[in-house]
Amino acid sequence: MSPLRQFGEYCNLLYKGVRSATEVGMYRSNLTNELVKIGYESMPIIILTGIFSGAVMTIQTSYQLQSALIPKSTIGSIVSKSMIIELAAVVSSLVLAGKVGARISTELGTMRVSEQIDALESMGFNSVSFLVIPRIIGGIIMFPVLYLAAAAFGIGGGVLAGVVSGALPASEFMEGARTFFHPADVLFGLIKATVFGYIVTSIACYKGYYATGGAEGVGTSTTRATVLGCIYVLLADLILATILL
Amino acid sequence: MIKIRNLQKSFGDNLVWSDVSFDIHDGETIAIIGRSGCGKSVLIKHFIALLYPDQGEVFIDDKEVFELPYTELRKIRQRFGVLFQGSALFDSVSTFDNVAFPLRYFTSQTEEEIRENVNNALKMVNLEGVGPKSTAELSGGMRKRVGVARAIVHEPDYIMYDEPTSGLDPQTSDEINELMMDMAENLDITSIVVTHDMHSVLKISERVAFLDQGALSWLGSLEEMKHTDYKPLVNFMKASEYQITNKSKESV
Ligand SMILES: Nc1ncnc2c1ncn2[C@@H]1O[C@H](COP(=O)(O)OP(=O)(O)OP(=O)(O)O)[C@@H](O)[C@H]1O
Ligand SMILES: [Mg+2]
Repeated sequence: MSPLRQFGEYCNLLYKGVRSATEVGMYRSNLTNELVKIGYESMPIIILTGIFSGAVMTIQTSYQLQSALIPKSTIGSIVSKSMIIELAAVVSSLVLAGKVGARISTELGTMRVSEQIDALESMGFNSVSFLVIPRIIGGIIMFPVLYLAAAAFGIGGGVLAGVVSGALPASEFMEGARTFFHPADVLFGLIKATVFGYIVTSIACYKGYYATGGAEGVGTSTTRATVLGCIYVLLADLILATILL
Repeated sequence: MIKIRNLQKSFGDNLVWSDVSFDIHDGETIAIIGRSGCGKSVLIKHFIALLYPDQGEVFIDDKEVFELPYTELRKIRQRFGVLFQGSALFDSVSTFDNVAFPLRYFTSQTEEEIRENVNNALKMVNLEGVGPKSTAELSGGMRKRVGVARAIVHEPDYIMYDEPTSGLDPQTSDEINELMMDMAENLDITSIVVTHDMHSVLKISERVAFLDQGALSWLGSLEEMKHTDYKPLVNFMKASEYQITNKSKESV
């Protein structure tokens, strides 16, 4: 199917959900369920991702800045700034495009090919506001929360790596981090995470909701959902950086 | 009353059927029969606009379903109960919650009333006590019966059963047939039964629609069917008869 037709289908899906948006309250339990699945259940992997990317960045930055002229605290500034404005949002969203995106797309795809979506519609449900909208709202709410966790644990991982490798003491790292800290950076990161949350969940819902052709079809749509999710996250990252910075 | 007019459906180049027109009267039980792949499941999905046709109309009490605004279409759908061919149970919730689904969201029944109605529906299909089980623990036949329970629990005006007895043992099939007859008689429900089980057809239906060669090729009462000399239908019935006698030989 041509990209334009696909985009039309995607918009149509969202329209169908928004049309019965008032009912989303009826499906509160679905939303709670999604908040738990997207947020709570992704926390461990996001914390891990944060710690490791912060640690690796610290070690690499200190390796690149081996000069007596540059104060060591600069490492802390660079690492914390990069985590807050870029890495925490993008890296965790890429991880979540795999974890959350695949889960959503497989769930909906299986419901589609086993006629569960038809069954919902046949009972009088708006299957989109029942299934899709809670998942997208869940993503929009939880990605920013996960971003904050990734950023905090990323900086923590950076401090730890600095101390363990002997590159710089924790106090100097934090001093550097504080010197160049702007609250606006966090806002920027939160906006990015919100947009990424929308992108990952809505694409996964779209691919899953329109899956066809049995188990293989569900596999195909899940692969598409994760790949497209990653691509659009990166694209959106570029666009947001151009607009907002 | 359901009126089907000049319906035609194709998927890409694959024409499923064209020019299908007939009426389904209130309170009757009509069987839709035909070979595998002739488009029976596709046809009944059109009645509630789960699929849209290339052309043609379906009227439910004089409302054309394909032109209805979505909110009204949903109201019409709530008057139907549907047993899907693959049962289509929700695997994220328990058996009980599957049957309770239409009641929870679209009626104002209390949790107590819901429990009573669900347990009654499960009793009707001989599945007392399986409510707490997850649907993954059920056999194919049990899933089908849970599907029937879910389709009848909100006492709809119309019930569509897609292959209610396929894959069931003869005894359970008979029980399902009895159940469908009870529903039709006691609750004054209009039943649409898609099947290729001639036992079922002979037992429960009042009229028969035969889909063949991309069209509705024969339509008539059960009596007319028994005495028809329309060749394709005779052949279809013969093949089933052969199956039936073969089965009974095996069981001896
Ligand atoms: N979603 C779909 N996309 C493309 N083709 C489809 C789709 N659904 C059904 N078909 C085609 O429509 C035709 C009719 O299918 P349908 O499922 O209605 O058959 P059936 O009469 O119910 O058969 P069975 O007795 O085996 O259930 C088949 O040729 C099938 O390949
Ligand atoms: Mg079928």
